[in-house]
Amino acid sequence: MGLFIAQLLTGLANAGALFMVASGLSLIFGVTRIVNFAHGSFYMLGAYVGYTLMQVLPGAFGFWGAILLTGVVVGLVGVIVEILVLRPVYRAPELFQLVATFGVILVIQDLALMIWGPQDLLGPRAPGLKGIVRIMGEPVPKYDLALIAITPFVALALWWLIARTRVGILVRAATQDREMVGALGVNQSWLFTGVFFLGCALAGLGGAVQLPKGGADLLMDFNILASIFVVVVIGGMGSLPGAYLAAVLVSVLNVFGVTYLPQSTLVLMFVVMALVLMIRPYGLLGREEVAGDHGQSGEPERPIKPAGARVRLIVAAGLAVLAVVPLLAPSWIAILATDILIFCLFAASLHFLLGLGGLVSFGHAAFFGGGAYVAALLVAHAGTPMELALLLAPLGAGLLAMIIGWVCLRLTGVYFAMLTLAFAQLLWSLAYQWGEVTGGDDGLVDIWPPDWATSNLVFFYLTLVLCIGGILALRHAAHAPFGYALRAARDSARQAEATGIHTRAVQWVAFALAGAMAGLAGGLFVFAKGSVFPNELEITRSFDALIVVFLGGVKTLSGGVVGGAVFESAKDMLTRFEYWRLALGLTIIAVVVLAPEGIVGGLRRLGERIGLLRPSEQET
Amino acid sequence: MLELAQINSFYGKAHVLRALSLQVSRGQVVALLGRNGAGKTTTLKSIMQLVVPRSGRVRFNGADITGWPAHRVARAGLGYVPEERRIFTDLTVLENLEVGRQKPRQDAAIWSRDALFELFPNLAERRHNRGRDLSGGEQQMLSIARTLMGNPSCVLLDEPSEGIAPVIIEDMARAIVQLRDQGLTVLLSEQNLHFARAVASRAVVLDRGTTRFSGSFADLDASPEIRDAWLSV
Ligand SMILES: Nc1ncnc2c1ncn2[C@@H]1O[C@H](COP(=O)(O)OP(=O)(O)O)[C@@H](O)[C@H]1O
Ligand SMILES: [Mg+2]
Repeated sequence: MGLFIAQLLTGLANAGALFMVASGLSLIFGVTRIVNFAHGSFYMLGAYVGYTLMQVLPGAFGFWGAILLTGVVVGLVGVIVEILVLRPVYRAPELFQLVATFGVILVIQDLALMIWGPQDLLGPRAPGLKGIVRIMGEPVPKYDLALIAITPFVALALWWLIARTRVGILVRAATQDREMVGALGVNQSWLFTGVFFLGCALAGLGGAVQLPKGGADLLMDFNILASIFVVVVIGGMGSLPGAYLAAVLVSVLNVFGVTYLPQSTLVLMFVVMALVLMIRPYGLLGREEVAGDHGQSGEPERPIKPAGARVRLIVAAGLAVLAVVPLLAPSWIAILATDILIFCLFAASLHFLLGLGGLVSFGHAAFFGGGAYVAALLVAHAGTPMELALLLAPLGAGLLAMIIGWVCLRLTGVYFAMLTLAFAQLLWSLAYQWGEVTGGDDGLVDIWPPDWATSNLVFFYLTLVLCIGGILALRHAAHAPFGYALRAARDSARQAEATGIHTRAVQWVAFALAGAMAGLAGGLFVFAKGSVFPNELEITRSFDALIVVFLGGVKTLSGGVVGGAVFESAKDMLTRFEYWRLALGLTIIAVVVLAPEGIVGGLRRLGERIGLLRPSEQET
Repeated sequence: MLELAQINSFYGKAHVLRALSLQVSRGQVVALLGRNGAGKTTTLKSIMQLVVPRSGRVRFNGADITGWPAHRVARAGLGYVPEERRIFTDLTVLENLEVGRQKPRQDAAIWSRDALFELFPNLAERRHNRGRDLSGGEQQMLSIARTLMGNPSCVLLDEPSEGIAPVIIEDMARAIVQLRDQGLTVLLSEQNLHFARAVASRAVVLDRGTTRFSGSFADLDASPEIRDAWLSV
C-alpha cells in the first residue's frame, strides 16, 4: 500500500511539467491552428535557461525566481520565432507550418549545443526541498510534494486567465472564429503573438520546473514531443482540464509501468491512447475538429497528366546516366547512389499519400522502419534468404499500414497526423524495449546480401530496378482511376461519396500501398547497410521524408523523387559540418518563407519564364 | 461617408463584383437588394476588406481603406454583422459583447452593455447564456449588439431578417429604425423588400455584381421592369 501511494505521488509530480507543456501546445493550436512541433524544443530551452539562471541567482528566492524568469525568457524566444517564422506561413497549408516548426527544432538543437555543450547537465536541487519524507514507510522526495502542490495553482491561474480576463475571452473567441474577431477590430497578429508567448512560456516553465528531477540534455525535445501529443490527443485538443487529466493519467501509468511492466512502459502509453480514441475519437474532453487544409490550398492545382514525350525522353536519359555512371565512377558513388534511390522511394511513397491523398502522416517512418525490421528479423531469426525477405518486407509493412491506417483514418487533420506519429513512436518503443527479439538499442547486425549481390555495383543495380519499379507503380496508381478517386476524396469527401466513391476505403488502400512501398525501401536499406537500429523508426526519419516532400513540392508528382535526391546528397555533405542542423534548419525556414512552391515548383516556374518549358506540358 | 468606386472582386478565378460603384452618405440607411448570388454579401465583405478588391477603391470618411487589414477597418468605425451571424457559441452573451468592445470614437454614439440591453430586451434575460443556447433571432440581435459595442459610425448588416420568426423581424426593424434615428449610417443587404422598405430610405439593386438601380423606393416602385428583372418578388 505504501509503495502504491508513493508511486501515485511520483506520477502526480511528473504530471506537473507535462501538463504545463501540453497545455501550452493546446493553447497555441486553439488560436493559431498551428501544431507547434517545436514545442518540445521550448521545453528543452526552458531546462537549459533555467539551469543557467539557477547558477547565477542565489538561494531559494533565486531558485524560484529563476523558474519564473525562465518562463519569460522562453516566451520571448517564442515571440521571436512567431514573428520571424510563423507569421509568413499562417495562411499556408498545414504541411508548410509543420516544416517551418521543424526547422526551428533543428536550429534550437544546435544553438543549445553551441551554448551549453554536448554533456548532460545535472539539475540543481531546490533549496529547502532537498531530501525525502517518509509516507507509510516509503521515501518520497520533498520536491515531488512541492510539485504536486504547485501544479494545481498553475492550472488555476491559467484557468482564471482564460475564463475571466479579456485576453482569455479573445483567445476563446479566436479559437472558434478568428476572422470574425478581426472584423470586430481585434488585431489578430498581436493576439497570436501573445498566445505564442504564453504557450512557449508554459513550455519553458515545464522545462525549468523539472530540472531538480531530470536535468537538461539535448534529447529532451523529441523525448517529450510524443508524450505531449499523447496527452493532447487523450485529453482533447484545446481542452485545459483534458490536458490536466491526461497528463496525470499518462504520468501515473508510466510510473506504475516502470514497476510492474518494465519491458513495456512506452508501449503502455500508446495502448491507452489507442483505447481512448476508439471510444472517444476527439479525446476525453475534446470536441470534434473542423477539418482544415490538408496540405492543399492556394491556387487550384494544375491537372496531373501523363508525362509528355519530351519529358519522358529527359527522364529516360536521366535513368541511362544513372545506370552508367556508377560503372565508371569510384565505388563510393555506387553506395551513395544506392542510398539516394532508397530514400527517393521512401519519399515518393509519402508524397503519394500526402500530395494525392491529402493525408498528412507524421509517422511514415513506421513503414520504412517496419519493412526494415521485417526483413532483418526474418534473416536474423529464420535465416530467410534476401530475395524472400525483400518480398516480405513490403508485404509486412503493407499489412502494418492496413492495421495502423484502419485506426488512424477514422480521424482527420491534426488528429490523424498526431495519431500516425504516435503509432510510429509505438513501433519505435517496441523495437527499443523488446531486446530479446529486436536487439533493442544494439539493433540487428550482420545482415548482408547473398554472395551474388555483395558487390556494391550489383546491389546498386538491384536497388535501381526495385526502386524505379516502385516509383513507377506509384505513378501508375496516380494516373489510374484509383488515383482520381483518391484525389476526389482529398478535395471533397462529401462530393466523392455522392458519386459512389467509398472515400475511407480508397484512402485505406492508398495508405497500405504507400506503407508497402516505404517497406520495400526499408528492406533494401537493411541489406545496403547490413544492419538496422531503432532510429529507422524515429520521429526524425518521418520528418526527413516530410521535409523532402515539402522541398520537392507537394503539388508536383515528381516532387518526392527530386526532393529525395537533393536532400540525401545535401545531407551527405552537410553532416560533415559540426553545426549542420543549424544550417539545415535555417535553409528549411528560408525555403518555407521564400520559396513555398518547393524545388520542382520553383524550377518549373523558372523554366516557364526562360522558355524551356511551355506552360502546357509542365506537369511531370 | 462610404464610397465604392469601380470595385472588382474575385473568389479565386471567379469574377464576382464587376466595376461596382456605390455611395452611402452620413446618416443614411441604404438597402442593397438583389437575388441570391447577386453579390450583396461580397460587396459588404469587400468593404470590410475580408475580400480584398483586386481593383477599384473603397473610401470611408475620406480615407482610402482598400487593402487594410479588417481590424483596422473596424477600428476606423465600420461595423460588420455577417450573414451567418457568427456569434461565438462557446461564449456567453456578455462575453460575446466583450469581444466587440472597442474604444469610444468621437464621431459616433457610445454604446454600453446596458444601452444595448435596452435596445434588445430579449438579450438582457439571456446575458449569462452561451451563444449556442440562443434562438436564431436572439443570435441575430447579439451579433448586432456585439458590433455596436465597437461604437461604429457606420454598420454593414448582411440580411438581418433572414431566417427569423416574423414577430422578431418586427422587433428587428424597430431596432434598426431606432439606430437610424440616433444618426447611425447603415448599409444593409436584404431580399425581403418589405423589411427593406420599412427601414431604408434608399435602395440599390444588384445583379451579377453590378448596380442596376439606385434611388428611392418610390422610384423603384415606379419602374416595375427593374423589380421584375432583378428582384425575385
Ligand atoms: N467563398 C466563395 N467562393 C467562391 N464563390 C463564392 C463564394 N462566396 C460567394 N461566391 C459566389 O459569388 C457570387 C455572389 O455571392 P454572394 O455575394 O454571397 O451573393 P448574395 O449575398 O447576393 O447572395 C455567387 O455566384 C456565389 O456563388
Ligand atoms: Mg448573401
